[in-house]
Amino acid sequence: MNAILEFLHSDLFFMIWTTLAKSAGLLGVVLGMVSYTVYAERRVSSLMQDRLGPNRTGFPLSLLGFGIKDWSPILGGLGQPIADAVKLLLKEDFTPAYVKKFYYWIAPALGIAAAIISLAVIPFGSSIAGVPMVIANIGIGPLFIFAISSLGVYGIVLAGWSANSKYPFLGAIRSTSQLISYELALGLSVVPLFLIIGKLNLVEIVHYQVQNGWMLLPGITAGKLPTLSQIVCWIPILISFLVFTIAMFAETNRLPFDLPEAETELVGGYHTEYSSMKFALFFLGEYTAMITGSSLIITLFLGAWHFPGIPDGSMAGWPGVLWGLVNIGVFFTKVFAFLIFFIFIRWTLPRFRYDQLMKLGWIWLFEIALVNIFLTALIVAFVH
Amino acid sequence: MAYQVPRPKLNFAEKIYLPSVIAGLKITLGHLWRMLRGKTHVCMQYPEEKWDSHLPPHYRGAPTLVSDEFGRTRCVACQLCEFICPPRAIRIKPGEIPTKDKFAKVEKFPEQFQIDMIRCIYCGLCEEVCPEQAIFLKKEYAITGTSRAAMMHQKEKLIEMGGIQPGVVNKWNEKK
Repeated sequence: MNAILEFLHSDLFFMIWTTLAKSAGLLGVVLGMVSYTVYAERRVSSLMQDRLGPNRTGFPLSLLGFGIKDWSPILGGLGQPIADAVKLLLKEDFTPAYVKKFYYWIAPALGIAAAIISLAVIPFGSSIAGVPMVIANIGIGPLFIFAISSLGVYGIVLAGWSANSKYPFLGAIRSTSQLISYELALGLSVVPLFLIIGKLNLVEIVHYQVQNGWMLLPGITAGKLPTLSQIVCWIPILISFLVFTIAMFAETNRLPFDLPEAETELVGGYHTEYSSMKFALFFLGEYTAMITGSSLIITLFLGAWHFPGIPDGSMAGWPGVLWGLVNIGVFFTKVFAFLIFFIFIRWTLPRFRYDQLMKLGWIWLFEIALVNIFLTALIVAFVH
Repeated sequence: MAYQVPRPKLNFAEKIYLPSVIAGLKITLGHLWRMLRGKTHVCMQYPEEKWDSHLPPHYRGAPTLVSDEFGRTRCVACQLCEFICPPRAIRIKPGEIPTKDKFAKVEKFPEQFQIDMIRCIYCGLCEEVCPEQAIFLKKEYAITGTSRAAMMHQKEKLIEMGGIQPGVVNKWNEKK
């Protein structure tokens, strides 16, 4: 009995339950965000194409007795993600007879698992009551994300191969080659950042940005004029930001790099043979990967939860908790803004041809990232 | 000989592609902005807005049975519409008018007249073929029902939908 009480008051138990609470909270927020990103995608795309998009499915307010019509121009459409989720859950889960069953079943789970696991190292807030708002504060944050998120391609490859059909297979092959060509640029493009900061821990990278201004906007966000070394370092950081963002589009299979899916040429790509919740898992995985990707970009280049003038949650008592929550809000606002940018790009650019994709990856991005490393090394050696 | 596709010469700005991304974003965001200000003309919001007042007079909606100015159904159950109906949506059960009746010269009237609106293709051949000008395609187009039985328009419903429409054929007139 005493041993249990002792355990309940120990630091280990405190760490366990705070970590579980953080995981559950983050998962809830991210999955909610995924469904509303899908809604935003449909709505923004339709507004761009002079249509209205899903503006009907509201919340059944009349059932609650508010005396309001269910369909209203303001709330109309906001119930759409819920309706979609219910529909996908209740649809028939059809498994074709010719698929390789085991891999067919495991592929969607692999796809989404990789996307969700890599969220664990993202610092999504400062701290609340002394608890740092990151699930796993490990020293190799970005490397962990690259390692795990490249495992996500196994979901796609297995899906394409086990479906035993031509279009998914083509999609899976494209996905593999795309991953190989863009993972390199993705990894190399952030090396300049680590050269400048000198840390690989994402929490410490954020702290560096809190003190010295965001990597991409050092002058505006630090509240003081940028130093000479910051101005000179800004050039390789901008290049690295561009390369990283482009590679992230390819990594998350977004247009203009959505060759594995390519509705117009490959029917649906790797998820052609999937239906119901298994298809929804791919969808969830894709959008969760988008959120992970934009969180990483924001953490590395745009100051994560930091915003000039907003203090972090280190002060005692309720103000600290409140500011901690505000910091989380700032982080997710930034992520959402970046997701909207993803959507803008998707509905603006046409898909690349396969050879153009390979040329861009191997001849341009890879080389630019590589040269950028040497450029930064020179700058760091002589100016920093 | 293989045909060589002429490739345009691209300048540097076109080659690095990023300026065209910005140009593209300008177009799409322009559309978005115009839409958000309510300047874009979007399509009609159907259940709230309808085009009914613009329907042309010859519009082919649901087939109905019309009545003459005395409220008598003009159909004489000749069954021509039943025969010509391509999807065989019409079923008529003719009834006989007794010889002592003042309309004895009409001989028949429809005891049952039903149109299966699930089958109807709104072709208008029934209206075309009717020698008595008894069946007309009216302007109702939103024919819905929650069961097959509800989609089966019976005689009473057809007469109610048809309303009164005077015509030149007056078989149901004992003087003519």
